[in-house]
Amino acid sequence: MDERILKNDERAVFALREIYRKFGYQPYKMGKFEEYDFYVRNKDFLLSDSIITFNDTNGKLMALKPDVTLSIIKNYSAEKGGVSRVYYNENVYRVSDSTHSYKEIMQTGLECFGDIGIQNYVEVLHLATDSLEYISDDFILEVSHLGILSGLLKNASDDSEFIYAITACIGEKNAHEIPHICRKYGVSTEFSDKLQMFVSIYGERSKVLSELRPLIEGEEMEEAYRELEVISASIENSPFKDKIIFDFSIVGNMKFYNGVVFRGFILGIPDVVLSGGQYDKLMKRNGKTGGAIGFAVYLDLLERMNIQKKDVDVDIVLLYDENEIPGRLIGTVMQLSKDGSSVSLQKTVPETLRYRKLMKMTDRGAEVIG
Amino acid sequence: MINVALPKGRLGEKVYDMFESAGFPCPQVRDPGRKLIFENEEAGVRFFWVKPSDVAIYVERGAADIGVAGKDILLEYSPDVYELLDLNMGKCRMCVAAPNSFADDSGKTLRVATKFVNIARNYYDSISRDIDIIELHGSIEIAPILGLSDVIVDIVETGTTLKENDLKVFETIVPISARLIANKANFKFKTMEIQGIVNGLKSEVEKKQVEEK
Repeated sequence: MDERILKNDERAVFALREIYRKFGYQPYKMGKFEEYDFYVRNKDFLLSDSIITFNDTNGKLMALKPDVTLSIIKNYSAEKGGVSRVYYNENVYRVSDSTHSYKEIMQTGLECFGDIGIQNYVEVLHLATDSLEYISDDFILEVSHLGILSGLLKNASDDSEFIYAITACIGEKNAHEIPHICRKYGVSTEFSDKLQMFVSIYGERSKVLSELRPLIEGEEMEEAYRELEVISASIENSPFKDKIIFDFSIVGNMKFYNGVVFRGFILGIPDVVLSGGQYDKLMKRNGKTGGAIGFAVYLDLLERMNIQKKDVDVDIVLLYDENEIPGRLIGTVMQLSKDGSSVSLQKTVPETLRYRKLMKMTDRGAEVIG
Repeated sequence: MINVALPKGRLGEKVYDMFESAGFPCPQVRDPGRKLIFENEEAGVRFFWVKPSDVAIYVERGAADIGVAGKDILLEYSPDVYELLDLNMGKCRMCVAAPNSFADDSGKTLRVATKFVNIARNYYDSISRDIDIIELHGSIEIAPILGLSDVIVDIVETGTTLKENDLKVFETIVPISARLIANKANFKFKTMEIQGIVNGLKSEVEKKQVEEK
């Protein structure tokens, strides 16, 4: 197959499948619809409240799938034991944040469930790195640990409004609002300073770990810190070690996510291309035992990459008249396209069609006329 | 090269002055003529003027790496951007204002006229007050005078317009000022350069604060 005809996203689907397959991930195919009820129960997990619904032939309210992870969790059974690994390539339907209208989003990704631990977190981070690296050499994978944020906030206050406001600031790298919020909720200046310092810690992993150390307090933060140390050490020999940074502005939804969370960026694409994390809490909420970690790659964003403007629509326009013998015409197209050229058969030259060469069928065969 | 979206108008000009004092000048910006984009290769910055309410869109979608937008715009549209610095200029307040004689009748739905629908809705949600939002695009002050609404939610700078129309501020929802914002993805690839600009501007903000004191 000539790979030139594949678009970026189509090419990525094939390559990423191969990357995941090598690590023992099995393909997972799911239906386009789920019962609406299922999403209502997990509404907070979804990135958008709006779901496209319709009535099934038996009157049941159905939804066009806004998310893949929930469906995979639903079908996961811990009884199988060990670690389950699946990958998928599916379209999901969500309201876009920027246009506020429904969008079909093609995503590919993987999930790893069951009796998992730090080895699996590192495995999934490795596969996330490989996925990004396949798409472009210029990538950044930022990694955070929600145990750090959750522990830090618990040490400050258990007021949910305070936690919500501070989490938003951390997600925005907004240090200047923190003192106002702390004052409003009666949190000490000392803690306000700590939170402001926390916002400014990001970047190269060893620098982050040493700057973070003085802020670590309590078992939850200690454990999260230890995991980050292991992750950092395991990346040390990777050829992409400089492209994997720590950044705590990935705040996620702490009702569902816990532990390691990460996001991938590609130079030239102004959005998150890859997003993932550990979601043991979501598993528990859906009555499943064991841990889970996974990520999704938003393939629809890849169309913004390496945009090369086409200077022509087709290489050759081949003109023919009504008396032309169809078999001879097709034979000529096959001959002309042997070198990979594209040929458009036309009776007259369309006004908007751009071409490199204009040819015409004559008694002697195809002749260049322009 | 860092692309900077500046808000057109008086605030934008003051913001540019701050960039210039911080070591990121591009003098042509002051005399734009028909030009739209201004570059200083040496300082590593490229400026362009856009409508103030569009700055956040340019930044969120990555056409600008950084930009300066009012907190009112950020609260109203919630763009997915980093908010790196409070520039401490363009200061004003988002307020609930009404005729001097207004007294809230909690037994009725409150009619609120505003340009800032989301800010108003969030504020009244936070105090569990039932409201009817009337979205207007200008001359908000006239709405309660003509009986279109009971109150307005709007930006108040000096309060002169309110006073001249027998209106007054009943609540301050949130203080507003200009903020430096950055595209999240572009920030990852240009961290050092953007951080350099943030540090430069931060010193300018601190200098101004000392002068004001």
